[in-house]
Amino acid sequence: MMTEYVSTTPGLYPLPDWAKDDLSDLKGHQKHDLISGDEDVAITATYEEAREDVIDVQQDTGLDRIVEGQLRWDDMLAHPLAVADAVETHGIVRYYDNNNFYREPVVTDDLEPTGDIASELEAAAELAQGDDLQAVLPGPYSLYDLATDEHYGDDGDFLAAIAAFLEGEVDAFPAHETLFLLEPSLVETPPADGEDARASEAIDRVASATDADVIVQPYWGALEEKVYAHLLDADIDAVGFDFVANQDDNLYNIQEYGTTDNVALGLADGQNTLVEDPEAIRDRTEWVDGQLGVTEFETVYLTTNTGTFYLPYGKYVAKLEALAEAADLAEVTAA
Amino acid sequence: MSTNENKEQFRQPDHEHDHFLLTTVVGSYPKPKWLNRAKDLYEDEDSDFDADNWQEAKDDAARLITAEHERAGLDVVVDGEMRRNEMVEFFAHRIEGYEFNGPVKVWGHNYFDKPSVVSEVEYDESWLVDEYEFTADASDRPVKVPITGPYTLANWSFNEAYEDDDALTVELADLVNEEIEKLVDAGARYIQIDEPALATTPDDHAIVGEALEHIVADIPEEVRIGLHVCYGDYSRIYPEILEFPVDEFDLELANGDYDQLDVFKDPEFSKDLALGVCDAHVAEVESVEQIEANIKKGLEVVPPEQLVISPDCGVKLLPRDVAYGKMANMVQAARNVEANLDAGEIDVERGVPTPADD
Repeated sequence: MMTEYVSTTPGLYPLPDWAKDDLSDLKGHQKHDLISGDEDVAITATYEEAREDVIDVQQDTGLDRIVEGQLRWDDMLAHPLAVADAVETHGIVRYYDNNNFYREPVVTDDLEPTGDIASELEAAAELAQGDDLQAVLPGPYSLYDLATDEHYGDDGDFLAAIAAFLEGEVDAFPAHETLFLLEPSLVETPPADGEDARASEAIDRVASATDADVIVQPYWGALEEKVYAHLLDADIDAVGFDFVANQDDNLYNIQEYGTTDNVALGLADGQNTLVEDPEAIRDRTEWVDGQLGVTEFETVYLTTNTGTFYLPYGKYVAKLEALAEAADLAEVTAA
Repeated sequence: MSTNENKEQFRQPDHEHDHFLLTTVVGSYPKPKWLNRAKDLYEDEDSDFDADNWQEAKDDAARLITAEHERAGLDVVVDGEMRRNEMVEFFAHRIEGYEFNGPVKVWGHNYFDKPSVVSEVEYDESWLVDEYEFTADASDRPVKVPITGPYTLANWSFNEAYEDDDALTVELADLVNEEIEKLVDAGARYIQIDEPALATTPDDHAIVGEALEHIVADIPEEVRIGLHVCYGDYSRIYPEILEFPVDEFDLELANGDYDQLDVFKDPEFSKDLALGVCDAHVAEVESVEQIEANIKKGLEVVPPEQLVISPDCGVKLLPRDVAYGKMANMVQAARNVEANLDAGEIDVERGVPTPADD
C-alpha cells in the first residue's frame, strides 16, 4: 500500500488587498458593520469576486483540496453563530492568545442551523469545477468555547446543542471530499474530566453527518494525553497535528496512543511570514513517518497548522505554493 | 536619586501650589483633518505636493498640537505623535532588519501593516531625535518622548530571523537604549516606554523586565523613565512590575471605572503612579468634578508626591475638540486637587491593608 500525500489548508484565508479596501468602504470599521448574514448586493458581489480569487490561487498552485476560503468569517471560527438567529453578538473580545478580536456570540434561544455555510460551499463548488472540495467548520468544542450561553443553562446541554447545530449545517452541505473541523480550543482551554468525553461525542455527532473524510485539527500546541485519547474515540478519519507549535508532545501522543489511519500534518506555519521550503516540508514529513516506525498511513494531509487570515496576502499565496509542491515531492519520494 | 526628585524638574516656575501633581499625556492626539488631506496629496502620484510640502505639513501639525497641549495647561507636552502613523510601523521603518509585506487583519476591517523581522535588527537612522528637537524648540514646556517598547515591537511583528521572540525583544531593547542615549544627549529628560502588548500576554513580565534593564543601562538617573501599559488584567503583572527599573507606571484605569485599583494597594505601590483619569475611548468630556474624584482614587494608592495625572491612553481616536476638552479639564482638576491638598482639605491617609498573620 502506498501513502497518498494530499496538500490542503484549514481555510480561513486573508482577503485579497483590493477586497480589504473595498469592503472597508462598503461595510465600515465598527462592530455593528461586521457580517450578520444579511449583507447587501454590493457586499455580496465583492465577496463573490474575492472567493473567485482565492479559488484561482488554490487551483493555480495545484492544491489537492479546494476550500471556499471563509473570507466572510469576520469573527473567524465564531462565524457560524454570528449569523444565527438565536444569537446576539456583543462586544469585541480577544481571539485566543492572539492580537485578533471577534464579537462575543451570546446564545439567547434555541439554535437552528442557518444554511449560511452551505450556500458559501455551493458557490465554491461551482468555481471548483470538479476539483475536490473541502468543507471547513469550527469543531463543536471550539465553537462552544468561543460562545456564551444565556439559554441552555447547562454546559453539557449547550455543547450538545452546538453539536446539533453544526450537524444541521453539515446536512445542508453540497457534496464534498473532506471536512476539516478546527479545534484549537481543545489545546487552548482543554476540557476537564467528563467534558473531554462529551467533546469527543460532540465531534462524533458532527462527523457522522457527512460521508466525507473528516479531519479534526487542533492547533497552537499538542493535546493533553486524556483529551487526545478521547478524541480517538470519535468516528473520524484523521487527526491533525500542529508540528509548528509543538513537535515533541504531538509525537509522544502518537507513539503512546496510536492514531487514525490518516493524519494531517501541520508543517507550514500559518501565522509567520517565513515561507518554508517545499523540500524542508517534505523532509519533515519523512522525519515524522520515520519517528513512527511501523505505522503506514493511507493518507497524509500536508497543511498549514492554522488558518492563514493573519498573513499578508502575498505570503499566504506563497505558503499554498510551498504546500502543493511539498506534497508532489513527497509522492515522488514515496514512489 | 529618588523618583520624586527627578519629577521636580518638570514643575513650572509659576506653579501656584506647594503640591505638584504633574499633568501630561500618553502621547497620541487626533490629527488635524488637513494633515490627513496633505498625506493623501503626498501619496497621490498625480499631485505636485512633494516631500518638502509634506515635511512642512507635519511640522505645522506638530507645532499646532504642542501649542494645544500648552494651552490646555499641561506641565509636560508631546507633539501628539503627528509624525507617526502607527506605533509599530513607524519604528519598523527605521530599523534595519524589518520588511513590510502588506496589511493583516486585527478585527473586522481593521488592519495594520504588520512588519516581518527578516534579518538581524540594527540601529540605522535616528528614530525620534528630530521629532524631539523640533518639539522642544516649539515649546517652553518640558517635552516627553513616547517610544514603543521592544517587547511590543517584537510581539507585533512576524519573527523570521530570531530563535524566539524573547531573543528579538532583548536585541531590540539595545536599540531602544541607543536611541534614548541620543535623545538624552539632545536634551530629553522624560521618556515613556509603551508596552501595550504586555497586558495581553501577562505571563511575559520577566522578559519585559529584562528588556528594561537593557533600555536603562547607562541612562542618567535624572532622566525620568515611565512605562505605559494598558487594557489588560493588571493582577497578573502586579506586584512583579515593581521590580522593573523605571520611575513611573502609566496605567489605564478610568476605562474600567477603577475596578482594578485595589490590585495596586497591596503590596505598597513603590513607584510613581501616572494615573489614567480620563477615558480615551469615550467621546464625552468628563467634568472637572468627575476628574477630581478620579484623581482622589489615585491618592488611595500613592501619596501626592508619587502621583502623576494623565489620560488612560493615547487619545488619537477621539474628536479633537473632545480630546482638548479632556486635557483642559484634567489640568484644571489637578490644580484644584493641589489647592485642596495645600489647604489640608484632603485626607491622604491611605487605607493600610490589614497585616496578614504570618
